[in-house]
Amino acid sequence: MPTYDYVPHAPGYVDNDGPKIVTSRFVHEDSHTLERYEATNGYEGLHRALDRTPADVHEEVRDAVVLGRGGAGFPAGVKWGFMPPGKFPYYLVVNGDESEPGTYKDRLLMERDPHQLIEGCLITCYALGLSQCFLYVRGEMPAAQENLAQALNEAYAKGYVGKNIMGTEFSVDITLTWGAGAYIVGEETALIESLEGNRGMPRLKPPFFPAAIGLYGQPTIVNNVETLSNLPWLLVNGSEQYKAHGSEASPGSRMVTVSGHVNRPGVFEIEQGVTTFRDLFYGDNFCRGIRNDNELKMFVPGGGSAPWFFPEQLDLPLEGRTVGAEGSMLGSGAIMVMDETTDAVKAALRLVRFYARESCGKCTPCREGTTWEERILQRILDGEGRPSDIDKLLDIADNISPGPYPVAADPSQGLAAVPFPPKQTTICPLGPSSVAPITSTIRRFRHEYEAKITKRDSIPVMAAPMSSDPVEVG
Amino acid sequence: MSYFNADNLETAHEIISRYPRKKSALIPLLHLAQEQEGWVTDDAMRQIAELTDTTPAEVKGTGSFYEMFKFHPVGTYMINVCTNLACQLLGGEELLAHAEETLGIKAGGTTADGMFTIEDVECIAACTEAPCLQVNYRYKLRLTTDDLDQLIDDIRNGRATDIPEHGTLGLVRQHVPADAGAGIVAPEQATERPVWLARNDAVAEGGEG
Repeated sequence: MPTYDYVPHAPGYVDNDGPKIVTSRFVHEDSHTLERYEATNGYEGLHRALDRTPADVHEEVRDAVVLGRGGAGFPAGVKWGFMPPGKFPYYLVVNGDESEPGTYKDRLLMERDPHQLIEGCLITCYALGLSQCFLYVRGEMPAAQENLAQALNEAYAKGYVGKNIMGTEFSVDITLTWGAGAYIVGEETALIESLEGNRGMPRLKPPFFPAAIGLYGQPTIVNNVETLSNLPWLLVNGSEQYKAHGSEASPGSRMVTVSGHVNRPGVFEIEQGVTTFRDLFYGDNFCRGIRNDNELKMFVPGGGSAPWFFPEQLDLPLEGRTVGAEGSMLGSGAIMVMDETTDAVKAALRLVRFYARESCGKCTPCREGTTWEERILQRILDGEGRPSDIDKLLDIADNISPGPYPVAADPSQGLAAVPFPPKQTTICPLGPSSVAPITSTIRRFRHEYEAKITKRDSIPVMAAPMSSDPVEVG
Repeated sequence: MSYFNADNLETAHEIISRYPRKKSALIPLLHLAQEQEGWVTDDAMRQIAELTDTTPAEVKGTGSFYEMFKFHPVGTYMINVCTNLACQLLGGEELLAHAEETLGIKAGGTTADGMFTIEDVECIAACTEAPCLQVNYRYKLRLTTDDLDQLIDDIRNGRATDIPEHGTLGLVRQHVPADAGAGIVAPEQATERPVWLARNDAVAEGGEG
């Protein structure tokens, strides 16, 4: 059996024989220093970009189909094309506010390879004529803040950032800034609000997305850390090489975080659209099976906001469109695995509680609905549930996200999948995300809910009371 | 009277200079205030309002949205135990219960000696290393209850030298030398087309700007 072990200075990251587009330097202890970066092709992508026209660099990124790695999976090159011409200044905002439950690829990229991210930002600013870049790092990540600050200081001193970069007329400043603990700020318009010094509440859209009206009312590109970290490699190796990785619809690699009840949880860089969930959970290169050889009960395929999958979905490849058609999303690449010992209601409650706590309070269906959902789930778990509670949960869910909610197929009940995405009565997807754990578990494990409500799982079933009067239950 | 000490006041001005609008410095300045005193005082908010051309109400309005800012004194060491799903599956809630029992306080509370505050927090991005927690946002991974006892003991006895007091985040700050920056100006003064985009003009299909 080959030994693939954790990289000690990047706890969680597992070095295996997969692609190494963004994690190539993680094996080096000094991967965050300029010295190591320059010794390993560092700033070569920027150098090559500066030898070409900005439009040509944009074309290269568009051609490579670099899908956004933050959640929505929208191609970066296309997003870049949405800025209205001539309405200067344009801004770049880097979304490093990684807080999706189960995810921490961006933290590793910022801590272990900050120069790669900075180079990705510079390539973007050059290609699009952006005037300033804001690097927004989650507040709870001091190591990422330190390594990025150090890297920026080194890069400014060497002339990679700032005035007349590498001796050309290209000049741009990068401002490092920290968040202060708010999940919703990961939503791009909330992030912009936060950067403007306001409460991080999402803006109403459409019609105006940040590419048209963003930071300070100017056209703004908001990209995820992993997305931008792909660009240096892309500029050095070209889009043909990039597309040699992954699948046709989803080229390149992708970082995934697998946590929960697996033998070897870890952060892996995998071939996008090729590797399946089964490979990940049971493969020797990856997680090496479920703990104690237990049965897999369910898993969250793409962060806390994704509808859940079950053993029938194991053979799906990690490919955005495929997973979407099957009723969920890859989102931020966070996979949480739950074995047969897991209480479905308790697990659902924990994620719902997260959304109740993190709701910004702007839209009523989310502000009120997530709290109601949490309270009802809590009372069911406490053995205080009422027979009407399951329908009530689904009713509240329908108020936040009307119509059939995306869900995986369940062959045992003859139920088909409902494809992603959900509809929403809210400005942003936070509220609708709270519905995912509820509909996923009720459809599949309704008997667990019912057992808790009727207390069949804790109290022996007794004969019904001999009375014709209606009986108040619960 | 200045709330910020001389060093921090200088840092505050430097931070403000890195944004096209002063108000954008509001959150970074709240962090700076919290670093100075461990929590955000009313005086701090008044001065931040002056520095950013806002009102104290706006400062508090923004600041109170964000969980990391504390508007009352908290423990020197803030223990944030993650109980979100990935940690819950591997004992996060038990770890929190153990911390509460050991320190004799509930999540959200502070010990009488002002040493510890415990918080029940959402995902802190170390899910493969569950259960995990942060002390003043420094990671402690794959913790058993024994490890937690040891950690508390180390802090009490001054052996946790790798953890700065509450309020201090990144120990390295960005610093741009005066002559190295491209120049940060308000959006109204940056309406010119960036000069390097002229490189597109020679090419027939160059469509940017």
